[in-house]
Amino acid sequence: MGKQMTETIETAAVKSPQTLEKLEKAQAKPMMGNEAIARGAWEAGAKVASAYPGTPSTEILESLATYPAEDIEAQWATNEKVAYDVATGASLSGVRAFAAMKHVGLNVAADALMSQTYIGVNAGLVIAVCDDPGIHSSQNEQDTRLLAQLAMAPVLEPSDAQEALDFTRLAFEVSEEFDTPVILRSNTRLSHTRSLVNVGERLQKKPNNFIDDRKKSVMIPLHARMRHPILLEREKSLTKYFNQSDLTRWEKGSTEIGIITVGISYSYVKEVLPSASVLKLASSYPLAEERVREFCQSVDRVIVVEELEPVVENSVRLLGLEVEGKSFFPRVGEFSPELVRECFEKAGVLEANRQPPVLEVPPMPRPPLLCSGCPHSSSYMALRAINARVAGDIGCYTLSVMEPLHALDTTVAMGSSIGNAVGMAKGGNEERPIVATIGDSTFLHAGIPPLIDAVYNQANITVMLLDNHTTAMTGGQDHAGTGKTLRGESVERVDFEQLVRSIGVKWVRKTDSYNLGQVYQILREAIKFKGVSVIISDRPCVLDPMKIKGTPYQAVLESCTGCQSCMNLGCPAINWSDEMYDGHHKVTIDQAQCMGCSLCAQVCSEDAIHLVTN
Amino acid sequence: MPQLNNETKHLEAIVKSAPLEEIPTNVLVVGVGGQGVIMISKVLAALCQEQGFDVKQSEVHGMAKRGGSVFSHVRFGRQVFSPTIPKGDADILVALEWAEGLRWLPYLKPEKGIFIGDTQRIVPPFACRDRRRFAASGYVQESVDQVIRLVPNSSAMDAVAMARELGVPKAANTILLGALSTTLNFEEAAWKSVIARFVPPKTVDANLQAFDSGRAWIRNFDRQADSAMEAGTALDSGAWPMEQDQTWVEINTAWCKSCDICVKLCPERCLALDDQQLVQLIKPEACTGCRVCERLCPDFAINIHTPAFPELRP
Repeated sequence: MGKQMTETIETAAVKSPQTLEKLEKAQAKPMMGNEAIARGAWEAGAKVASAYPGTPSTEILESLATYPAEDIEAQWATNEKVAYDVATGASLSGVRAFAAMKHVGLNVAADALMSQTYIGVNAGLVIAVCDDPGIHSSQNEQDTRLLAQLAMAPVLEPSDAQEALDFTRLAFEVSEEFDTPVILRSNTRLSHTRSLVNVGERLQKKPNNFIDDRKKSVMIPLHARMRHPILLEREKSLTKYFNQSDLTRWEKGSTEIGIITVGISYSYVKEVLPSASVLKLASSYPLAEERVREFCQSVDRVIVVEELEPVVENSVRLLGLEVEGKSFFPRVGEFSPELVRECFEKAGVLEANRQPPVLEVPPMPRPPLLCSGCPHSSSYMALRAINARVAGDIGCYTLSVMEPLHALDTTVAMGSSIGNAVGMAKGGNEERPIVATIGDSTFLHAGIPPLIDAVYNQANITVMLLDNHTTAMTGGQDHAGTGKTLRGESVERVDFEQLVRSIGVKWVRKTDSYNLGQVYQILREAIKFKGVSVIISDRPCVLDPMKIKGTPYQAVLESCTGCQSCMNLGCPAINWSDEMYDGHHKVTIDQAQCMGCSLCAQVCSEDAIHLVTN
Repeated sequence: MPQLNNETKHLEAIVKSAPLEEIPTNVLVVGVGGQGVIMISKVLAALCQEQGFDVKQSEVHGMAKRGGSVFSHVRFGRQVFSPTIPKGDADILVALEWAEGLRWLPYLKPEKGIFIGDTQRIVPPFACRDRRRFAASGYVQESVDQVIRLVPNSSAMDAVAMARELGVPKAANTILLGALSTTLNFEEAAWKSVIARFVPPKTVDANLQAFDSGRAWIRNFDRQADSAMEAGTALDSGAWPMEQDQTWVEINTAWCKSCDICVKLCPERCLALDDQQLVQLIKPEACTGCRVCERLCPDFAINIHTPAFPELRP
């Protein structure tokens, strides 16, 4: 090979005609992938939808909450397992149900999923799971399709927003037809790309009656043993379905090279290699085996292009077919058109054809930071000062691992901090005080069982509950501790202090995160306590639910000695000024960004930071 | 004198390619959170849809609110597949912040791509982490002048200052939108009607005025080049030469009463109490000579000695 493919091919690849026709219609709407998924669920007549926020899936439920409340119950769940259990219950009760989560959220829901697939559905049950290849905002880049294979739940993988809507709608039909939950797999790029979508009407569907069949819905060993073979049968019927369905699309082109691809990778393949023969799968599991076999026989060479794990590639190999794929394409990270092109070059399908860029400047790091006035800053300042061993968790506060706060030692998964701290304490190997830090939303999600464990097993740890009254990292979603629902109704607020006391914690204090001296003092007392001590560091997030803006502070340059202690807060409003003192830049405070939390003024040893007065 | 090379010629190229050809037109809009990157790309995407194009607009959410860099890919044409612009394939790069523009320059089409950059510099605190004496900022050092000279079809404007002059300080992004509009073949009126839909009702007139001034500025780039370049040069100063800077921390342990104040308040955390609860310097390489410990010690047990730099003192 090696010669450029584009010249040798007679016929241009088949354009996806549906898309073009649809564009003619005036009502096409620009929609984010996540909005399209939400629309699909609404159009399919889903009655109950539940989710725990997590980038990149968060907007799905937020978008569903914009549809009429009489159509759909859209609600935030305490965690993904609860979300999935709620959806399962709704489905079993006879209405179409939907759950959404990010890839690592499916781990939390996996316990339920693995057995729920044995039970199947009454009305359609669909889970949207958004992967994060490239790890834009996650702790790993696991491939949901592997979990789906394990659970034996079919996965539909749209490649753009139109398909996201169409596939979601269809997923409910597949779910009911084959008596199975269906996973709709998106990823960061698809979820957050806006493209034109033609929308439809909502399906008016009468609820089914509850099916009184305990052999199917109560998974005791006797029943489960009967259900497992049914799953294997179901897998066969689904394979047949994907073989026959026009969801599996064969775009005829060159016979020299054939590409098997799925999901977002399809768009990169079409961009880079528009004239190749393409078999576009709608599902990596179960595989459309017959179509794959036919396709492989029709071309000289087959390359599988899929992001992350070689799920399709391995399945095709199991059919005894010769294909290539991960020998050229990486198993890590997100694909891009330039990366796909490079890999085709490596495979000898395309010739290198690139001009060097006009100017390449080493990029300046601009990492995300805790906001100006972030109530988390003071807690980590204090933790750093007492030289604590800090077990961290998932949330904005993970950013305190960066300079200058530099105060986190571990971050594993939602709720891990407290369990990790218990282990560190029990190891007996740590001389520094052991502190677990966990946000309010994360605490409710997965922090309560480990806190019970800590009390039960009498671990000598301190837990800092960073209560900022919102789920901040994902953009400020409500939870049981905020007293508001997804649709904005007021409800009872979880009282963290009472909750913690009821578990059996004897030492509990609440502090204002903006009172730095108090935070230090309480932290010192807490680490002296033998047993579990809990500090509730309490201040609302400065961005959500409302942006807080008070009188800003300013640095008085005559007094500033350039020690830059205030910059240790990591506040983005504080930066170098042009004036120097003894070789050090004095500081300046950006009044537009400063929201007046006063932490820098509390830190300043020269009393050089004052409120702005007019 | 830097020039916007081949401006007219290139304009024609884009005009021809956009509606007729199969290959999509690629516009990359970059900046930092809160600058209006998404607004520009939404306006452009809506306009393209109105004109009958397929369009995809892709961005990564999440970090924008937290001061991270923000970018949005807009692609339009008869049919668009990839949601992102292939590296080296951007027809137009609009940068709302100087260092962000430089970060994304490799995405620009060599030779033919158009670069429209705002000279505004938003220096992240991360670039000011070096606390050694006379340390230079970590912000990109390339000046506006250098970049404009090296990148063909490039122009740099101080849109923030222009917006301030117009009395609408928040409309810098609309000024850049005006500049962008001159490089694409859409009617001026069509741009304006979309902008009017996207900005708050009360600010429509101000935004349209900002849009006009962006258009006018690009058309008169040569005339205005001087002032932009001056701004660029002025912004370049401020980096101090780094010198070997040995700081000596003199600790008189006889006077230390283990109060721990210096240990807790050292910005670099380079002090600690030893076995006898007396203060010691544990990380001499981290000490920046800021004198916080010296000033705060109630017992005058610490003295900081730094070499003088009389010739460098401001």
